Amino acid sequence: MNAAFDVRYTAQLARLNLSEEEIVKFQAQLSHVLKYVEKLKEVDITGVEPTAHTSPIYNVFRADEPRQWLDAEQALANAPRQANQLFIVPKVIE
Amino acid sequence: MSLTALSIADLQEKLRAGELSPLEALNSLEDRIAQVDSRIGGYLWRDFEVAKKFAAEADVSLPLGGVPIAIKDAINVQGEPSMSASKILKGYISPYDATVIARLRAAGAIPFGRTNMDEFAMGSSTENSAFQKTFNPWDISRIPGGSSGGSAAVVAADEAFAALGSDTGGSIRQPAALCGCVGFKPSYGRVSRFGLIAFASSLDQIGPITKTVRDSALVMNAIAGKDAHDSTSLDEPVPDFTAQLGQDLKGVRLGMPREYFIDGIEPNVDAAIRTAIKHYESLGAEIVEVSLPHTEHAVGVYYIIATAEASANLARFDGVRYGHRAQAPNLIEQYGRTREEGFGPEVKRRIILGTYVLSSGYRDAYYLQAQKVRTLIRRDFTEAFKTVDAIICPTTAEVAFKVGERSDDPLKMYLADIFTIAANLAGICGISLPCGFANVDGKQLPIGLQLLGKPFEEAELLKIAHAYEQSTSWHQSRAMA
Repeated sequence: MNAAFDVRYTAQLARLNLSEEEIVKFQAQLSHVLKYVEKLKEVDITGVEPTAHTSPIYNVFRADEPRQWLDAEQALANAPRQANQLFIVPKVIE
Repeated sequence: MSLTALSIADLQEKLRAGELSPLEALNSLEDRIAQVDSRIGGYLWRDFEVAKKFAAEADVSLPLGGVPIAIKDAINVQGEPSMSASKILKGYISPYDATVIARLRAAGAIPFGRTNMDEFAMGSSTENSAFQKTFNPWDISRIPGGSSGGSAAVVAADEAFAALGSDTGGSIRQPAALCGCVGFKPSYGRVSRFGLIAFASSLDQIGPITKTVRDSALVMNAIAGKDAHDSTSLDEPVPDFTAQLGQDLKGVRLGMPREYFIDGIEPNVDAAIRTAIKHYESLGAEIVEVSLPHTEHAVGVYYIIATAEASANLARFDGVRYGHRAQAPNLIEQYGRTREEGFGPEVKRRIILGTYVLSSGYRDAYYLQAQKVRTLIRRDFTEAFKTVDAIICPTTAEVAFKVGERSDDPLKMYLADIFTIAANLAGICGISLPCGFANVDGKQLPIGLQLLGKPFEEAELLKIAHAYEQSTSWHQSRAMA
């Protein structure tokens, strides 16, 4: 089962660069963890519904009214780069 | 005894009698921190200048008027660094107050400092902080537990009257046990998570770490209740959590889960818990054996669900809107490098694991399977609570371990949470309180007793805990007296 577990590929999905050293180390450590969680497959879950959260609530509605919150200046205060009330990122389209 | 060793309730008595001003209380805290925190490493940041302004105007008649409270670094406080002990949030100054902070302020409390933790609350020893280690005040060669290790350590070392922590799989109860404090995890939905830097959204709850059960009830009175900013907070009536304190235990039934009394428990912990159970019998409680048959699967379920949720929650750290940004020629590479440079090893491991269990082809085998076994774990508690009012068991299998002893064995570290995890999966409330000491290498190391209660019956659980605490003296021992 764990033959399919590939740290390098999974890290790409997570947009997380890793060093070669980390790839080797995490592959071994997480294979060990995955082997441990294999035990869950022994549990009979026939007819059991999954639990996503424990609250007895499903849809929560509120009035669609504007509320006072952060203004643009506050929202941008922690931005690594900003200009003209926008977050600046490297060019996306060539 | 240092003034800072006072409980909230005792401090308030002095404040209200005019024997002490909020400013004097804050000054004594500042002195104590200057005196001991270089050895403990509990605080990441503190600002007494702002706090003193609040103290000067504090209204001591308010529920927590003039009471300084230390805050875990995962909880946003306006104008303060809120980093979840991660390099990726270095330099981030929060533009808003978490709901719990707004409510503490409304109750008159004064936030003044931020406590160390495992990065993004991922860990059981606080060794995963990107910034510093925190040491156990009872033996500074040992860890304080985690992830709210800083909060527990500063309360134990009398560097705080009380603190807020957060508990995803035991992160309030486990460090409270290892540091000899009271740690309270509310039922899921009782306290707003708005402004808590998310780890695993279906498991996270904010709660107090205090010196006494009454203090936990006082903090709960301030922070509990429905919040429009957190749609998972429940619109349940909020009782006065102190109302039942002092009531007797006649008719109370406590369940000993057979699966929690296992061979792996250290003999001194096992002995202390069994003595505590006998003590409860002498207080009039009835002890019965119960079974939680899916206990052995809790850690596995937890490490799938918590990492899956974390991998999604931590996707927001991309270097665009806040926090660290790596230099890169294009946006995709900027994401990858920012996250490589910003996250520590444990966070990376969990993002990888969580991404994997949600990835195409594996989601049903891991994530969905874990969610279904989670249902069975919840049912175990529902069944048990048909016959008992609360469950009684150890908080941890062992006392605090040595710094560095487990930092390179993730699985062994994960097993530090075996007794605390199920409460988060089931959404129930839980508390850890001091129930003895183990004498190890000439040091007294605290042992924690855990009580787990029915969802939204926190007041009953606090009553049961308080009856034990007030008829024993464990909570009166101070770590650095």
